[in-house]
Amino acid sequence: MLRRLLQAVPTLLVIAVLNFCVIQLAPGDAADVLAGESGGATPEYMTQLRHRFGLDRSKFVQLAVYVKNVLGFDLGYSFRDGMPVRELILQRLGPTLLLMGTTIVFSIVLGVFLGLVAAAHVNTWRDNLLSVLSLLSYATPLFWVGLMLIGVFSLKLGWFPTSGMESVAAFYEGWDRVVDIAHHLVLPALTLSLFYMALYTRLMRAAMLEQWGMDYVTTARAKGLTERRIALRHVLRNAVLPVVTMAGVQIGALLGGSVVVETVFGWPGMGLLAFQSLFARDVNLLLGIFFVSACLVVVVNLLVDLVYFALDPRIEVR
Amino acid sequence: MREFWRGFSRNRTTVAGLAFFAAVALIAVFGPHFYPDGPFKLVAKPFLPPGGTYLFGTDMLGRDVAAGIVYGARTSLVIGLTSTFFAIVAGALVGGVAGYYGRWVDEALMRWTEIFQTIPFFIFAILLVAVLAPSVKSVILAIAVVSWPPMSRLVRGEFMAMRGREFVEACVGMGMSDARVIFVHILPNCLSSVIVTGSLMVATAILTESSLSFLGLSDPNLMSWGFMVGAGREFLQRAPWLCAVPGIAILLTVLAINLIGEGLSDALNPRLRQA
Amino acid sequence: MSAPILEIRNLTIDLPEGADRPHAVRDVSLDLHRNEILCLVGESGSGKSVTSRSIIGLLARGVRPSAGQVLFRGEDLLRASPKRLRELRGSQISMIFQEPMTALNPLKSVGDQTEEVISVHTGMSKAKRMARIVELFDAVQLPEPRRLLRAYPHQLSGGQRQRAMIAMALALEPAVLIADEPTTALDVTTQAQILALIKGIQAQRHMGVLFVTHDFGVVSEIADRVAVMQRGSVVESGSTAQVLRTPRHDYTRLLIGSIPSLIPPERKPRDDSRPVLSAVALCKSYRSGGSLFGGKDRIAHAAKGVNLTIHRGETLGLVGESGSGKSTVARCLARLIDADGGRILLGDTDLLPLSRRQLRPYRRRIQMVFQDPFGSLNPRRKVGKLIAEGPMIHGMPEREAMSRACELLELVGMDRRAVDRYPHEFSGGQRQRIGIARALALEPEVLVADEPVSALDVSIQAQVLKLLADIRDRLNLTMLFITHDLRVAAQVCDTIAVMRLGEIVECGPTGEVYASPRHAYTRELLAAVPGKEMGLMVRELHEGAGACP
Repeated sequence: MLRRLLQAVPTLLVIAVLNFCVIQLAPGDAADVLAGESGGATPEYMTQLRHRFGLDRSKFVQLAVYVKNVLGFDLGYSFRDGMPVRELILQRLGPTLLLMGTTIVFSIVLGVFLGLVAAAHVNTWRDNLLSVLSLLSYATPLFWVGLMLIGVFSLKLGWFPTSGMESVAAFYEGWDRVVDIAHHLVLPALTLSLFYMALYTRLMRAAMLEQWGMDYVTTARAKGLTERRIALRHVLRNAVLPVVTMAGVQIGALLGGSVVVETVFGWPGMGLLAFQSLFARDVNLLLGIFFVSACLVVVVNLLVDLVYFALDPRIEVR
Repeated sequence: MREFWRGFSRNRTTVAGLAFFAAVALIAVFGPHFYPDGPFKLVAKPFLPPGGTYLFGTDMLGRDVAAGIVYGARTSLVIGLTSTFFAIVAGALVGGVAGYYGRWVDEALMRWTEIFQTIPFFIFAILLVAVLAPSVKSVILAIAVVSWPPMSRLVRGEFMAMRGREFVEACVGMGMSDARVIFVHILPNCLSSVIVTGSLMVATAILTESSLSFLGLSDPNLMSWGFMVGAGREFLQRAPWLCAVPGIAILLTVLAINLIGEGLSDALNPRLRQA
Repeated sequence: MSAPILEIRNLTIDLPEGADRPHAVRDVSLDLHRNEILCLVGESGSGKSVTSRSIIGLLARGVRPSAGQVLFRGEDLLRASPKRLRELRGSQISMIFQEPMTALNPLKSVGDQTEEVISVHTGMSKAKRMARIVELFDAVQLPEPRRLLRAYPHQLSGGQRQRAMIAMALALEPAVLIADEPTTALDVTTQAQILALIKGIQAQRHMGVLFVTHDFGVVSEIADRVAVMQRGSVVESGSTAQVLRTPRHDYTRLLIGSIPSLIPPERKPRDDSRPVLSAVALCKSYRSGGSLFGGKDRIAHAAKGVNLTIHRGETLGLVGESGSGKSTVARCLARLIDADGGRILLGDTDLLPLSRRQLRPYRRRIQMVFQDPFGSLNPRRKVGKLIAEGPMIHGMPEREAMSRACELLELVGMDRRAVDRYPHEFSGGQRQRIGIARALALEPEVLVADEPVSALDVSIQAQVLKLLADIRDRLNLTMLFITHDLRVAAQVCDTIAVMRLGEIVECGPTGEVYASPRHAYTRELLAAVPGKEMGLMVRELHEGAGACP
């Protein structure tokens, strides 16, 4: 486990270096990029920036200084909102985590369940219906799903709010507030889950079918177990392993998807912040968001590893 | 080859996918011919609903939505195919070298790939396009940069497996050069999975491009489906077709490519077909 | 004799459409009595496994019985309801399989998996169940049963896994045990232990055991009665002594005649004693678990200072069990993997320090023949190209190389028209011949053969061995022959080197090593070879066959 933690450090290091390279790619020097193209920055601020990043010194020193700052979570200053990037992101972290967590749990639970159903009724109408649905969810752009859901459930039917995380004007407290947030959460979480649910359904179905061909299933039959018991007690756990692995791999993509979904639903998380910074050409804020989301991915991956360790005795916990 | 076609065409959905994709390709190539004025030309009153003179109606500025769809097809396909091409070349190169040489080369390259796989790739693509200023080139570059890692892992896995096969050992034992072993003996044996994954990558690339342009990160001189949806979303209630039509275009195109991919996978891997 | 406990009557099992034949099994009848071991013997594709699996309805999808009966205590199991079959499975009729690693669920402890049989079929209390499992593990001689029942399959050795499988099968004292090649995946010494265990338990509990195997050695060790299957039919059955001593059917005779004898034939002394290839203090270790970023390494020594010398015209046999390092040594000598230390002398040249590029001209002088007839030929290249490619990369013009390929195909006993066909069109034995032709195409000084006949059926095995011996004599080839099978080694090798845990423990002329092994491990290996008494029977058979033509 400690080894995995140690492996995370170079990952973050490389991402910090990558950030630096991205800045170098842009036209003009880093200060220009970081201050934004709006020209809104004062000359004093520019000098200060140049000094802070050691722009008067060699590229190598610049890199060292930058990486040191970033790894210490000193992400600089956002001119758009006039506050440190770190604080801006911290404000937005909660909503994003809420959306992400809900999506992960929802898509895995439902995906595993639907995969199980499809595999149990392979080549029947249930299986076919599920594969058509998952093919469709696979091919639909997230933003479009979101917009269509808003069109139908918010504008036409009025069941759910169109945007935001809570009804600010209502000043809900306690339990009411929880219900209110949950009400707002339904559509964005559903939108973001759809693709992953489809992915896990397909994966689970394939894994179940593959595992059914294994020798240990024959052994289980030879022991006189019912098919149901074999499926639930033996095959299920083996088949979930690739789904868990895939869930870990997909965390990064999920965060990317949340940019789109948060934008569509006005969900006040990091993704919406990214969109807003994009609009204002606030590259430094964008860099900060990128770095923090990379950290998030690393952390969630560690959690996924823990789950995997718990499921598979063949993996030794180090 | 004939066997391949039989396997491939046996599946009706695959043929449907292929037909639709061919239609999109034809529209992308010849369609602009029918709309010589380009997609940005204001042709009529804004918000004309679909079905009249203009097949898909007009948008908030009075531009022909159908023209946008036609030009958007070109953008989607060009960006999807080109970026996938670069991603496959880069991924296959890295994965092939890592898988063939193994040991520290593999360790180093795979750590690098893993890092690229952990980063939230869409956010990285946004960052790249934003910093480089949106243009066809930067979008292609960004999508290629974020989509090579899965390909490289795939190729590496295939190469590792092949490297352990006895026929490859026999080749090495005969004194064959590495290049010959790789290109004559190993590569043809992993081509089928590269093709299958590559076709699915085109679909993903088109989705990524549409998301980028939805967020406003597209070449301002080119019409794009994602951009049309993004521009139309303010008028969701008043003119739902502005979002619906280009969205459906994306959906169907990506669906068609996925169906082709599945058909390829079934035809090229007979082992899986039985399952 | 009492009524049989299990009767198979005129059983026919259909294969799905599109298979190479309509029936997996045709009109098979067998009886199994209490307190006996019936061996079902045959080569791959003979239908022996399908027959055994059909008894408790474990056939693959699409394969189904179409005629006949399977009577267990008079009840027809082919017509039994799924529920009834489930009641019988594991409690009345149990089954063990070939590969205990895959036959056990990797995610559950062996204790849990054994407990499941008991809890599904009985209402025994938890405490009683645990006591029963400990008792069972004890009965199959698993060490420290209380600790081991918490172990996962991957934490056990191959032999221990098979013991756990047996414990699971015995949990409810079944009347019938079906064993489908239960020792095929095991090393010879482990096989001997498991065979003894099965026989002991069978005698103690008076079970009827249906034992499926391809190995007549195993048959002679364990069987009371034998049924021989060929292409879906039982061609001969009878008591073990009768079938082995006086086989009536030609096929049985062919099979038994194909078994290599454990007694090495007389050999003419070599006149040439120049060393061709030698290894001096060869070392190779593998590390696992570690990485660039630390973590504890586990180092496995596959070769610890191995010394061997092969002389011109000699066949050196490197024998040992799995994990002994014999394949590693072979691959180091052929420079397919890089040794960590020592010297590899081909003539006077040390190959080890040479770079890949420098090595190239030497490569052709050492060629390999591989084990897997399916994995060793590139599926996408025609046979002619496969054989001609070696000479061509060393500068032979294509036309000449192709005509040479045709000659080589004839040399290995194949039609020259094979050049235009793909490997998948040939059987395992034919592919092995193609592999030999490919190796010979470069006119090597040394042929390294890594288990070249292990994947083949015994009758094919005999043909390929004969071919190798012929070619060796005709071309005066020098050969390093790696095998786990002491019978094969006895017939092929002039000199034997026995490997264990990366070291050569004994080396000497084959006749001497077999007649008076010096090292304890060699003795153990020789003692474990199944069917030693059968050697006598087979000899009688050969003599008998000679007497009446």
